Amino acid sequence: MASQSSDFQTLSRRYTADKGFRAFIQKGMSGYYKKRDQNKANFQDWQGARDLAAEIKYEAINHLDKYLLEFEEKITARGAKVFWAQNAEAAREYILKVAKENNVHSIIKSKTMTSEEIHLNDALEKQGFGVVESDLGEYIVQLRKEAPFHLVFPAMHLTRRQISDLFQKELGSEPTDEPEKLTMIARDIMRRKYCEADMGISGTNFAIAETGMISITENEGNARLTTSLPKIHVALLGIEKVLPKLEDLSLFLPMLATAGAGQTMTCYNTMYAGPRQLGEPDGPEQMHIVLLDNRRTELLADAEQRDSLGCIRCGACLNICPIFKNVGGYSYGTTYGGPIGSVITPHLRGLKDWKHLSAASSLCGACTEACPVKIDLHHHLLQNRRNGAKTAPNPLEKISFGGFSLMMGHPSLYRLASGLGRIFQPLQGLVNGTILDPLRSWTDSRKLPTLAPQSFHEQWKKQRNRKL
Amino acid sequence: MRISLFVPCFVDQLYPNVAWSVVRVLERLGHEVVFPESQSCCGQPPFNSGYWDDARSSARVTMKAFRDAEVVVGPSGSCVTMIKAFYPDLFKGETDELAARELAAKAHEFSSFLVNVLGVTDVGAKFDGKVTFHDGCHGLRELGIKSEPRALLANVKGLELIEMCEAETCCGFGGTFAVKYATISTAMDEVKCASILETGADTVVSNDSSCLMQIRGMLEKEKSSVRSLHLAEILASR
Ligand code: SF4
Repeated sequence: MASQSSDFQTLSRRYTADKGFRAFIQKGMSGYYKKRDQNKANFQDWQGARDLAAEIKYEAINHLDKYLLEFEEKITARGAKVFWAQNAEAAREYILKVAKENNVHSIIKSKTMTSEEIHLNDALEKQGFGVVESDLGEYIVQLRKEAPFHLVFPAMHLTRRQISDLFQKELGSEPTDEPEKLTMIARDIMRRKYCEADMGISGTNFAIAETGMISITENEGNARLTTSLPKIHVALLGIEKVLPKLEDLSLFLPMLATAGAGQTMTCYNTMYAGPRQLGEPDGPEQMHIVLLDNRRTELLADAEQRDSLGCIRCGACLNICPIFKNVGGYSYGTTYGGPIGSVITPHLRGLKDWKHLSAASSLCGACTEACPVKIDLHHHLLQNRRNGAKTAPNPLEKISFGGFSLMMGHPSLYRLASGLGRIFQPLQGLVNGTILDPLRSWTDSRKLPTLAPQSFHEQWKKQRNRKL
Repeated sequence: MRISLFVPCFVDQLYPNVAWSVVRVLERLGHEVVFPESQSCCGQPPFNSGYWDDARSSARVTMKAFRDAEVVVGPSGSCVTMIKAFYPDLFKGETDELAARELAAKAHEFSSFLVNVLGVTDVGAKFDGKVTFHDGCHGLRELGIKSEPRALLANVKGLELIEMCEAETCCGFGGTFAVKYATISTAMDEVKCASILETGADTVVSNDSSCLMQIRGMLEKEKSSVRSLHLAEILASR
């Protein structure tokens, strides 16, 4: 199906045409780069930390069977219920079932990209449950009926003015330009929602096998309230989120904060190890853990690209990606945007429909360099291209590269073509920039190089072979 | 030393002067340069597009052309990356894997060859002008070349190097990407060119002609007075 691919072309054209928008994103990022670099320098050895993180993730991903079972056993022992969801539907059904069985009326959520992946809000709302996002950025995009723009900064594409206008329209608040005031407007509403909610749904940054805990990291304190005030807490996580040991967090928490937001540590880092225990005064009565596969095991089976399951969703690869910075998050049409999204979406949602994302890259490798867990992102894009060409080749490309390799495979043909090129180049000059120009996608914005009067091959032959 | 010159196909067709500049610099340093004429293209375009069978047939021609070479030197971080970093992947498990690895081991990008193999940072060049340097992504991230071209430029008489703020940001070329996703590629080119112009340099230099083709394409279209030259052309000038 060409539609995802043509949607990407259309949207990416629209966003790149908007220079103001591009400058806005670029400016947002430049502040982040500075803080990120300062915090990277706080590590004794950032590259060493990356190596170690990659090693720990390698161990975890290669022994998921062991670590997930250990995690389940430990957290179940303290009264949490663990549900293994094979796919998005199973996960949604389970959460709906819990909500119905407990007569839930109102649901509050903290940030979870995994819930975007399984389209949870839609499913809940269709069944009549009110759902409110408690993360400020998520709340803003929810009010706009949009998906998050970025893994970590869901509303980074909006100006303060736009947010103020939105609040004015949706919440009847006074217009303001001050971030603190905007935050207070949302917080007021949120407070009420926390008290009303009888179910809190959260994501999970890390699950610790050794101790049977989940770790959530956040800056607003909203996840703490979401997970502790309502009587039911549901934590949703992909199966790849498990880490072997508690001490692994001493590396991953500062690393996530640094790579993700240029912070030394995120403001709130909390570990949850089960529902309210006997004798405890507060906390949820029930805790449900939904472990989501949703084709992750297929990615696990791919030895070449398995390391992409190590992703901690920090967003560093998006932040550095010159494609992302120009086309923005919505062009991708996926839950996970940017380089990591281009790598994993073909695995999670089908190569045929999503291989174009792997083609939409200059393969510059900035993502791989930025990734704290050393996922070989840009080489995976190459592998996706290879897999795509093998399973669903583009007929035109197949013919052209067939011809190309025939020509390059025979030095005499290469010389012949090089001569013909010189004959045809003036013809291109006649149509340069017009609709007839086959090279128009280049010539629209860039001047075409001209063939040298003689190739180096010919010049060398004349000048050097004569000498001999 | 007897050096076999690897000339990427588009340098062969579009920028023969770049190849000649490499010849001049190496000969001035007292080395013998040979050019195996049966070479054509390293196979990067089909490789990058996913057509690895087609890439292998181009690559085999390159491997054959340089089979007996002692060292292979080419003026392109990108095409040398194809040989050095990607041939071993491309031929993994194939009968030619050993040959691919052998060629990978003896192939060098021009600036890295000068500095790391020959141990030369001063080639006796002279160039009057303010220059800014663009790091081609393949050379930078696949081959780890960053200090070498700068060390060479630092010894060019009359040359002032002004670093641009986005030196390591991709120019947006990316082979077929530049035409398949022309608007994105152009947007990236705009960021790059703005960063070049911001330095006030009169010349932009790179060790990759493919990046320069992209950058020059936009600078010329915008009728900018900033010139673009390959590092070898600077090093060959006196
Ligand atoms: S791929 Fe790496 S850089 Fe990108 S979000 Fe995941 S962990 Fe972060």
